[in-house]
Amino acid sequence: MNGLLEQMTEKALKLNVPLSVQLDLTYRCNERCVHCYLDHDDHGEMTTAEIKHLLKEMADAGVFILTLSGGEIFLRKDFFELLEYARRTLMFCVKLKTNAMLIREREAARIRDLGVESVQISIYSHRPEVHDAITLVPGSLKRSLDAVRFLKSQGLRVVIANVLMTQNMQDYPAVRALAAELGVDCTLDPTITPMMDGDRSVLSLGVDQTALQQVFRDASLVGDVEEFCAISTNPDEDALENLPCSAGHTSCYVSPYGDVFPCVQFPLPTGNVRKQRFIDIWRHSDAMNDVRSIRVKDLTTCTSCSHVSSCSRCPGLAFLEGNMRGPSSQDCERSYARTGVPSANMLAKKRAGAGQNLGQTNLGRADLVQIRVLPANVETSATSATA
Amino acid sequence: MSRLYVARNPRVAARSLDGEMMIMSGRDSTLFTLNKTATILWQSADGTTPLDEIVEHRICQEFEVEPAEALHDAETLARELASHEIIQISEEPIPQPNPAAGESR
Ligand code: SF4
Ligand code: SF4
Repeated sequence: MNGLLEQMTEKALKLNVPLSVQLDLTYRCNERCVHCYLDHDDHGEMTTAEIKHLLKEMADAGVFILTLSGGEIFLRKDFFELLEYARRTLMFCVKLKTNAMLIREREAARIRDLGVESVQISIYSHRPEVHDAITLVPGSLKRSLDAVRFLKSQGLRVVIANVLMTQNMQDYPAVRALAAELGVDCTLDPTITPMMDGDRSVLSLGVDQTALQQVFRDASLVGDVEEFCAISTNPDEDALENLPCSAGHTSCYVSPYGDVFPCVQFPLPTGNVRKQRFIDIWRHSDAMNDVRSIRVKDLTTCTSCSHVSSCSRCPGLAFLEGNMRGPSSQDCERSYARTGVPSANMLAKKRAGAGQNLGQTNLGRADLVQIRVLPANVETSATSATA
Repeated sequence: MSRLYVARNPRVAARSLDGEMMIMSGRDSTLFTLNKTATILWQSADGTTPLDEIVEHRICQEFEVEPAEALHDAETLARELASHEIIQISEEPIPQPNPAAGESR
């Protein structure tokens, strides 16, 4: 993070100011991505007036960075009216997330005129047959890439977001090369989010251990592989007092229906801006304050895990698994792929499984590693595993 | 001597955090924070009030400084803020699209 932004974030944390908010303007979409966790029907989106009122409340609450996302934001007929209000009147730092299918030269010029900070566009592959098979819209890669060029030619900052799944896993080096050729940034995300209603079936599209290992050992992505994949040391007292992440502390998420959540990936209901003021939900919601009270030392299972000080554990994904103070299996998989050391959660599950399935001899590759370290202290096993 | 007019650049993002102004450049997303004098200048930069009036009515009122010295310092500050495209300066009044100063809260 930029040093000054880090300082401002620390100040916002002390003052309980929501510095950054993602607002989804709609869940409607003109693509049908196979991994998408949203219900695309309109169940009563906020009106233009309601959103303007909310934006004013958010500016008054101190929100500085406003990410407008969806669904597809350009499906809202009032999109530019809202953007103009957010930028010209309220002076938010606005970031957009879009599939860019509806951005042509004219839209790109307007986005530039309104001083948008960056536009993030989902690109799944450099190959139309792969990208379009994920979005389920023929011709979508071409349209999105045309938009990248229109935006870039306006001098805007464009970020290609590449979500990794089984279908496109092998294409990320070419997507990164394409981004470099277009002169835009590229981010890579191996996280598939479960549906908001808790349906976890889309997780089967997520990349497997072998693929994760490949990503985490790619020096062009992670820098120093040895350092990135190193097994972490025991956390000190200070680390145990750390906050899990920014969700509910300096950032939150608002749905098109006005529901406020700690994060887009953390669907714990905390209030609705149609019934309460945004600032009252932020400051006084019991659920928000519950999230805020959690420190690393309060986590179940994770505090006894050797990865606790280096893990990317997402409390939202943990919540979707049933306990926001618990482990997140997807992050356990990542920690395991990074270091080769199974997490406390994996070991606990293994023990529970072993108790139920005594005599089972079905040993997969992961099982072999887990059985080797099962009875011992995880930290000791980790050290000996690398010796 | 000709008068100087200052106006907030509508391309920046701005918000006050506990009285401290955060400004993000529209040119390259660099983040700035403004000190007390620069914040007053930013808040007063409506494009129509000349800098000498801003100095006389806002800056000299807030800090006990000589008007001539304060005006000199304010001009230097205004030119520096303009070099980062945070404000615009001109010898003519600068029409503004709206009066916002990003200082909700
Ligand atoms: S870790 Fe999870 S809940 Fe926290 S900010 Fe990231 S996505 Fe949101
Ligand atoms: S690897 Fe799993 S159990 Fe270990 S800290 Fe991360 S989420 Fe918790």
